Amino acid sequence: MSDAFVQLSDLTLSYGKSVAVPNLNLSIREGELIALLGPSGCGKTTTMRSIAGLLAPSGGTITIDGRDVTRVPANKRGIGLVFQSYALFPHLTAFENVAFGLRLQKLPEAEIRQRTEEGLATVGLTGFEKRKPAEMSGGQQQRVALARSLVMRPKVLLLDEPLSNLDARLRLEMRTELQRVQKETGITMVFVTHDQAEALALADRIVLMKDGRIEQLGTPADLYARPETAFAAEFMGFENIFKVEGTDVISPKGRLPLAASPTSPILAWRPDAVTVGSGPHEGRVAACSFAGAHREYVIDSALGPIKADAAIALPEVPLGQTIRFDLPLATARGLAA
Amino acid sequence: MNPSMRHLANWTILGLTLSFLIGPFLIIILAGASATDYLAFPPEGLTLKWYLKVFTVESFRASFLLSMALAVFGTLAALLLGVPAAYALNRYDLPGAETLRTIVAAPIIVPGIIVGLALLRYMVVPTGVTVTLALFMAHTALVLPYAVRVVSSSMTNLRADMEEAAVLLGCSRLQAFTKVVLPNIRGGVLAAFILGFVTSFNQVPVSLFLSGPGVRTLPIDMLAYMEITFDPSVAALSALLAFMSLAIVYTAERLLGFSRYV
Repeated sequence: MSDAFVQLSDLTLSYGKSVAVPNLNLSIREGELIALLGPSGCGKTTTMRSIAGLLAPSGGTITIDGRDVTRVPANKRGIGLVFQSYALFPHLTAFENVAFGLRLQKLPEAEIRQRTEEGLATVGLTGFEKRKPAEMSGGQQQRVALARSLVMRPKVLLLDEPLSNLDARLRLEMRTELQRVQKETGITMVFVTHDQAEALALADRIVLMKDGRIEQLGTPADLYARPETAFAAEFMGFENIFKVEGTDVISPKGRLPLAASPTSPILAWRPDAVTVGSGPHEGRVAACSFAGAHREYVIDSALGPIKADAAIALPEVPLGQTIRFDLPLATARGLAA
Repeated sequence: MNPSMRHLANWTILGLTLSFLIGPFLIIILAGASATDYLAFPPEGLTLKWYLKVFTVESFRASFLLSMALAVFGTLAALLLGVPAAYALNRYDLPGAETLRTIVAAPIIVPGIIVGLALLRYMVVPTGVTVTLALFMAHTALVLPYAVRVVSSSMTNLRADMEEAAVLLGCSRLQAFTKVVLPNIRGGVLAAFILGFVTSFNQVPVSLFLSGPGVRTLPIDMLAYMEITFDPSVAALSALLAFMSLAIVYTAERLLGFSRYV
């Protein structure tokens, strides 16, 4: 891959004797916004820390902008990291937090001042220069942390769960903010998250990880529509995943026949891909909740619970009543075993 | 017991406790002001002459300076050892960290008499170090537990990722420590210094064993003085020292909320 800006080759990361990431290969293009997505313990944070230089790999190499940085210490790598806890320096003002790295480079005072003010302006914190971290909200603290990294003009900016500590409204705001900053600066960004909605909304490409390996890599649209494994499908909101046996789908609880014999060994349906109100199968309503544009049913079926979204036009079926449904082959996503 | 009785009992207990804590202090202040030539309580007549005489006793002046020097430099040395020790105990998952903590705390737990005797028998006698050096080392060791403990507690809320952030911004590990860790534990270090200073200054049993001819800390000198002269100046000096400790702790409390750290 000649266009790789960040290249992880055969990267192996371990803590003592336990291997967290065995043999990872990943290329990231310049200016890309990449999400490392996965449940806790999947190795995403470990991978990010090794790119930053905070964790020395036990094998493999890391190349950034054509230079092998595997043995370059973290303070010489030119990589920014926005910590999940922000990790601001509590004894310094917002201005001095942002200026911290510039001061270490012993730049002229005028340049430090100018770049720091620019940095604070980029994240919309002009006027907050004299505040200490304790005097700022979580969202503002995170902006300071972002500005502190940005003013260093890093080759790569890493973000650890950038939205997880914010409330819903701020989360949306920060998401747009990150995208805008990335557009404006063109910095290559890698962020770690366990929230698939966050990854889908923000990233150019998503690296879905499981047990230290890449489960699937692709654009958000790709991953959303075409997960390849049951794990990926589950992460992307396919709530009904069943094995295929002959022309039946089976679960530990039982089986249901399909209209025809499928070609994939596993089939998955999103709740909105399940037909409700008509169809060959019957179940009982175990739960029903109103979700604005649709109703979310949990149907107790021969396969166990099935999650299904019904159009609001369909009259509500009360709890405990029988409801008809179908698992259409046409809306199913076939998965590899 | 009915509520008013219980109320009375509570106040009685509180009153007794306070009088046991503050009483001796008041007795000393008054005894030092007695107009008699011997130590007397209650004082017979009041005078300030013993409080003034304290400043004219030559040996008191020398031993005061020694005690001051021991308290200042012993505590500084203890901090020089204790701050890195506290840092290591907090930051790294050291094997035997708990054992280490216990060993560091030992000088608090082991009676001073034993520490003094042990130091005399196994350090001073075989190596022949000077009395001043022996005292300095002993005071450093005695203050070390406080230094480690107090600095440790000010470090527990300091997250490791702050240092990592500093490193990613270009700091070496050492710079990250001096630029990010130290400024944030400054309160704890100051508190440890004050606690160490007071502990060292008031230290008796260990100094008792290690003091030599002509080299005595102030408390030991006071003991020696009392054996010969039984006038109220010792009580006056004690009161003055108590006031000094009080002033230091009070200032520290006002300046940095000392009690938060201890």
